[in-house]
Amino acid sequence: MTMLASLTDLTVAYHRASPPSLSGVSLDIASGEILAIIGESGSGKSTLVRALAGLLPERARLSGAIGWPGLDGAPRAGRDIGYVFQDPGSSLNPVLTVGEQVGEGARRHLGLSRAAAEAEAARLLSRVHLPEPERLAHAYPHQLSGGQRQRVAIAGAIAARPRLLVADEVTSALDVVVQAAIVDLLVELVRADGMTLVFVTHDLALASGIADRLAVMAGGRLVELGPTAEVVAAPKAAETAALIAAHIDLATPPLVGGAP
Amino acid sequence: MTAPLLVAHDLSRAFTSGRRRVAALDGVSLSIAPGETLGLVGGSGCGKSTLARVLTRLVPPESGSIAFMGDDWLALSGGRLRAARRHLQMVFQDPLAAFNPRATVGGVIADALRIHAVVPREKRRAEVGQLIERVGLPSGLEERSIRDISGGQRQRVAIARAIAVQPRLIVLDEAASALDVSVRGRILELLVDVQRETGVAYLFISHDLAVIRAVSHRIAVMAAGRIVEEGPAAAVIAAPASDTLRELIGAVPALKGNPQA
Repeated sequence: MTMLASLTDLTVAYHRASPPSLSGVSLDIASGEILAIIGESGSGKSTLVRALAGLLPERARLSGAIGWPGLDGAPRAGRDIGYVFQDPGSSLNPVLTVGEQVGEGARRHLGLSRAAAEAEAARLLSRVHLPEPERLAHAYPHQLSGGQRQRVAIAGAIAARPRLLVADEVTSALDVVVQAAIVDLLVELVRADGMTLVFVTHDLALASGIADRLAVMAGGRLVELGPTAEVVAAPKAAETAALIAAHIDLATPPLVGGAP
Repeated sequence: MTAPLLVAHDLSRAFTSGRRRVAALDGVSLSIAPGETLGLVGGSGCGKSTLARVLTRLVPPESGSIAFMGDDWLALSGGRLRAARRHLQMVFQDPLAAFNPRATVGGVIADALRIHAVVPREKRRAEVGQLIERVGLPSGLEERSIRDISGGQRQRVAIARAIAVQPRLIVLDEAASALDVSVRGRILELLVDVQRETGVAYLFISHDLAVIRAVSHRIAVMAAGRIVEEGPAAAVIAAPASDTLRELIGAVPALKGNPQA
């Protein structure tokens, strides 16, 4: 299996005084794999993927190394790495039409003309299963539902045909039914195009349904890494075991009985 | 069977969006018995939050009636409304937005005690301390700003504020949805403990069927402004009758690879 990216002893601190948000993380990302990064609020999972995608704020101090053996050189944001954020309401530009912003990646990175980019945008919108893509391309983000907006954000992120797609808590603002559909869409897209997916979530169960490997973060450290089935069946880190214990599904014993 | 605590009958409410009228509630009827938890589940935009707001009189319905503790809840006004409101409290998803950002932990709880004259002034301080302890917060948190504590702690303060006035019913609108899973489990346990102790009833609203099932005696399923299915929690999930519920059941992520699952 070829390696797309390799992180070595990555440490990130936002403030001089406070402890680092990420300490000594080493991790290889295989080409074409679905890697889920899980952990609770403040565990460092978003800092990790922002560092990977080169999206840390300038004041952040980074040490360690990020290598890209799977690419010809340093990755170009938007071209080699597509990034989907948690809240499409704030990641999409409210004054551009959906088609303009989905097509922008294709124009800039693939050198398409305006007309070709427009056609490409409609094709991408249909790939993310939005209805009537030609008509929808002329809509503005506020006219869409949360789930539709997230589909638009995904279409924009894959427009330049990146090697790596990062999905950072993309389903946490969505209801469970829409969430399941978005996850299915991501898997479909990365498998069809041979993309690598780094899927960040606090939801272990959601991650376990799609990921080849799980990386568990806690307190800025990578506390466990392994194939999904192994990690879930026999967690080694206490933090992983705690996440598994806190999981609630339809087989969990209810906290209340039949009648009050 | 005891008399229901709250009976809502045929509630309707529409909102105008652009030139369209969207029926957020379309003939909704439900009842909640003392001490029970009714779980209300449905997807985004199904009308469940509008129902919460209508039941708490934050939004007036266009038609329908609500009886609460035997009174015509929608007809109450002035002092009688204020007195009855004490018995119907609400906890929201985002406690940061639900509090005055300049408030202190002790202040928000003391305000509830003062407004509803729950305990005499000289006992207020001690009561705040007891409530803070009851919801599992460390003592000495009273003077802290509501912005300086974690999200889980803040939701505990919201619960302390709601139970401070010894209500009969608490409407919880996605109250556990923004929390980390480990925190979420402890908040759900706290709610169930408080219910056992005080006999308070809950209307527990969430899009997450697994969470609803964990805490509810009965479940009502909502879609497009209507209640499409309702019944005892275990029975409803064992034999779903509506497409909405079947879809919600199918969307609950299972832990793959767990030998216990």
